[in-house]
Amino acid sequence: MKISARRVDKATILDVSGNIDMSNSPEVRKALLRELREKGVSRVVLNLTGVEYIDSSGVASLVEGLKASRESGSRFVLFGLNDSAREVLKISRLLKLFEVYDDETQAIAS
Amino acid sequence: MNPIAAKQPRDMKKSSKLSRSFLLKLELRSHPTLLCVIRGALGPLMEMLGFSPEHSREIIRAVDEAVSNIMRHSYQGRPDQPIEVYCSRLQRRTNGETEQGVEILLFDCGPAVDTTKLEARPLDEVRPGGLGLHIIRGSMDTVQYKRAGRLNRLRLVKFARSSKGGCGSAEEKPS
Repeated sequence: MKISARRVDKATILDVSGNIDMSNSPEVRKALLRELREKGVSRVVLNLTGVEYIDSSGVASLVEGLKASRESGSRFVLFGLNDSAREVLKISRLLKLFEVYDDETQAIAS
Repeated sequence: MNPIAAKQPRDMKKSSKLSRSFLLKLELRSHPTLLCVIRGALGPLMEMLGFSPEHSREIIRAVDEAVSNIMRHSYQGRPDQPIEVYCSRLQRRTNGETEQGVEILLFDCGPAVDTTKLEARPLDEVRPGGLGLHIIRGSMDTVQYKRAGRLNRLRLVKFARSSKGGCGSAEEKPS
């Protein structure tokens, strides 16, 4: 799993690729909380286009990001979810809680 | 002999009568980096058994979460403990139709699971963690935990709801 950050306007986009599971989900959590809590970025956009699989520990990291964004008054947006990622959020009844967009343009413009 | 095979109680060895449909055994250590290996092995197997891509993802997700739970809870994060995964093909007849299915047995040598803690948490509360069991139950037709001698055994079953599929013609019913 690889994760990198870039700035677009006032947003930070985190590009993630590979699989997010128990072996590496703490890295996702750490990256999210660094942007949302430490840097105080007003909008964090998580690009999941390159993510093939995400497990419950990865979902837990996303929930932590969501909670951190609510606490800090910032926005946390997802895009590029494949069927597997949508299914795991849906079965966890979390899909409607997240702002989910199809692509980066929509996520930035939202 | 591997540690789990050595500890297998008699009734579990007897269950190898199901070997008519036995397909795959995976032996691994409890290192989280091996989760991707399990997922990688199960994908083609589910395709071979005739599962739809959606059902395949559900099965893989359930097994991945179950193995993660073993690593996290049964072995408390120790990365060198044994886990075994057995996959068998199942067939059953319902209303004159043949359903193809898969049975996956997971064994570990951790302490007995407190079955009172096997309730999935309510999903109303938005908080991280505690989703694994809910995902497993939501993905499979059957989820059964059993303490078998000194082993924990988790049995997962899913049927494809289709007469298409598979390999061989052995006909068995889930135990």
